[in-house]
Amino acid sequence: MKRLLTGNEAIALGAYEAGVTVASAYPGTPSTEILENIALYKEIYSEWTPNEKVALEVAIGASIAGARSLAAMKHVGVNVAADPLFTFSYTGVNGGCVLISADDPGMHSSQNEQDNRYYAKFAKIPMLEPSDSQEAKDFVKIAYDISEEYDSPVLLRLTTRVCHGKGLVEAGERKEVGIKEYKKDIAKYVATPANAKKRRILIEDRFVKLEELSNNSELNKIEWNDKKIGVITSGVAYQYAKEVFGDNVSYLKLGFTYPIPKAKIKEFAEQIEKIYVIEELEPYLEDEIRSMGIKVVGKDVIPAVGELNPDILAEILLGTKPEKVDISPEKIVGRPPTMCAGCPHRGLFYVLSKKKNVAITGDIGCYTLGSAPPLESMDTTICMGASISAGHGFTKAFEKGGIDKKVFGVIGDSTFFHSGITGLLNVIYNRGNVATIILDNRITGMTGHQDNPGTGYTLSGDVTEHIDIEKICEAIGVKNIAVVNPLDLKETEEAINKAVNTKEPMVIITKMPCVLKKSPTEEIKEYKLNERVKCVVDREKCRKCKMCLKAGCPAISFDANIGSIIDESMCVGCDVCLQICPFKAIVKVGE
Amino acid sequence: MSDVKNVLFVGVGGQGIILASKILSKGLIDAGYDVKMSEVHGMAQRGGSVTTQIRYGKKVYSPIIGIGQADIIVSFEKMEAMRWIEYLKPSGKLVVNDYAIAPAPVLSGKVEYPKGIVEDLKDKVNTISLDAAEEAKQLGNIKTQNIIMLGALIKAMGIDEIDWESVIKEEVKDKFIDINLKAFNIGRKLVQ
Repeated sequence: MKRLLTGNEAIALGAYEAGVTVASAYPGTPSTEILENIALYKEIYSEWTPNEKVALEVAIGASIAGARSLAAMKHVGVNVAADPLFTFSYTGVNGGCVLISADDPGMHSSQNEQDNRYYAKFAKIPMLEPSDSQEAKDFVKIAYDISEEYDSPVLLRLTTRVCHGKGLVEAGERKEVGIKEYKKDIAKYVATPANAKKRRILIEDRFVKLEELSNNSELNKIEWNDKKIGVITSGVAYQYAKEVFGDNVSYLKLGFTYPIPKAKIKEFAEQIEKIYVIEELEPYLEDEIRSMGIKVVGKDVIPAVGELNPDILAEILLGTKPEKVDISPEKIVGRPPTMCAGCPHRGLFYVLSKKKNVAITGDIGCYTLGSAPPLESMDTTICMGASISAGHGFTKAFEKGGIDKKVFGVIGDSTFFHSGITGLLNVIYNRGNVATIILDNRITGMTGHQDNPGTGYTLSGDVTEHIDIEKICEAIGVKNIAVVNPLDLKETEEAINKAVNTKEPMVIITKMPCVLKKSPTEEIKEYKLNERVKCVVDREKCRKCKMCLKAGCPAISFDANIGSIIDESMCVGCDVCLQICPFKAIVKVGE
Repeated sequence: MSDVKNVLFVGVGGQGIILASKILSKGLIDAGYDVKMSEVHGMAQRGGSVTTQIRYGKKVYSPIIGIGQADIIVSFEKMEAMRWIEYLKPSGKLVVNDYAIAPAPVLSGKVEYPKGIVEDLKDKVNTISLDAAEEAKQLGNIKTQNIIMLGALIKAMGIDEIDWESVIKEEVKDKFIDINLKAFNIGRKLVQ
């Protein structure tokens, strides 16, 4: 029976059917659900790792030890995992290994839209690009066969629309492949210069063989129709092209895109009058095809920026624009994402927003919303972990420039485990004085509540050691540590003031579970989450000063005639607005 | 490709669009259609504008719906209907929940929530408006507005012959089956 699956669910099913036994990942949109779904199969050991480098290294170790293994991550995660990837290309595999890169054209939930297809070329490893859920499943299985036969990790490159788009998928049976025999092989797996030099030559031989495979692969298929126009395409762009041109043009649909099938491209091009190369983001295929001396229409007319869609292709390549209904722009107000009502980050950012003469280096997570109005309490966001290390750079530059400005690095709990610890180590080692704020909301929030080393639970929900952030900071050598409840504005402000007034490095840990988290019983007790009482505005006391609106809480609205209004269905009783109101007009329900 | 129908769900994070679209797609698959569906996760869920796109027919390629291509838009919030209306075919139908959720700039008092949206939409396209939030409140659970909207959508699409009640029974938790079946029928009846 066919099932409607997202690309991510299909990848998990493909991994199951391919006999995968070890899988690892760090969550990141649009890749997160791959491991969440793999975790449902008892036959596969799966885990969240602290970061993508660790995830890939776990998969590499498992592969060398004989397991079919998988590591999944978002596009920028591959940057973090790039170090082991490039050498793994040299050592090759024992059990097959597939690295899944989920790219995000259009930046739905990312800080850039890098095209990770170049990683395949850069690391010299084969790459497959599915265009829908059924292919996502099928290609995973094919990837394992290629990986083992050609002794190489395989890059499976997805994009947001493939990851989160749903399509019908035919499920199959799991092929138990077991764990292959492990043989110690120093010349293969110990990448000393002497060994790696020999492996380096093998990679070039492997490339030649893989190119032959690509030329003969059914993943690269020609659909002959009229030969005036031929479309060369890959990934979800194939679906868009089919939507626009139907059966009126011929197609070379590429699913095996590194090495590219030069012979097949030549065969196709020789019979076509005009070739369109339709691909999302960079001219990856186009540049390769042009270098073969073939004339094509590509990024000279099709945008490299953002996602493609059938409308863009139809307008540019057919000159057709759909009939549409006009919107009335005056009747639309933007709806930017906001911190949730009761979000523990709100208290901290409210306090920070009151501080003048500070620079705040931010990080990747829900708290990046602290940069949005009305809080606007963030100066930079670069990548996972950069808050602390870039903050340290700020302090050193300010010192050199004689600028007296306090620098705060703001980072989440999961991001701290990911790559904040090394940054903090650097601050202490190099006598910096950035004040690090670790927003410990007891979960990985942004990606939809995944456990991490600080939560005390694993991906499969088993109880494990709970790693204490405070103790890590102590061990690194931080002497000033304050643990505060970020919803207690006074306590939070005292800690911030202390940090402003010290020349020593300091860590403030704001500890309160994410308001959307389904907290375990002990956590509900510890943080008294079940004792919260909603807030309400005392009409007689409200003087319409709008101070409470500065918290940017979605549960509070303002009416010029009535004053501030708290939506009872949204309020969770976090009390931030109650503490802000200068007229004590916000009270607890029932008081 | 001409047989492919496009349904666009729009609204605000947390309104239950995902469940409603899941039920619709399940029913369509059971009826033998090829179905593709697209949604975007991540940032969009933090109170932002949310869409789910469903395309069905004999063979579907693109998972996303283009401008001027939707046969029907079902909007769980009225301003979201205006935001996405250019995706509707000029001859298409709009089913809109006459219900407002104020976005951040309105909450902070910077701008007012626009007035006369539903009237404006009615001037533009074939519009069916209903107050699903109020109907859901009367039914006893505001959260059932998604299934009321689904009932209205299915009636408006004219795909009443599929056994939707058994799909709903499969997709919602046991204790919510009764109220959701009631909600579904309320939605159906609200469309003539």
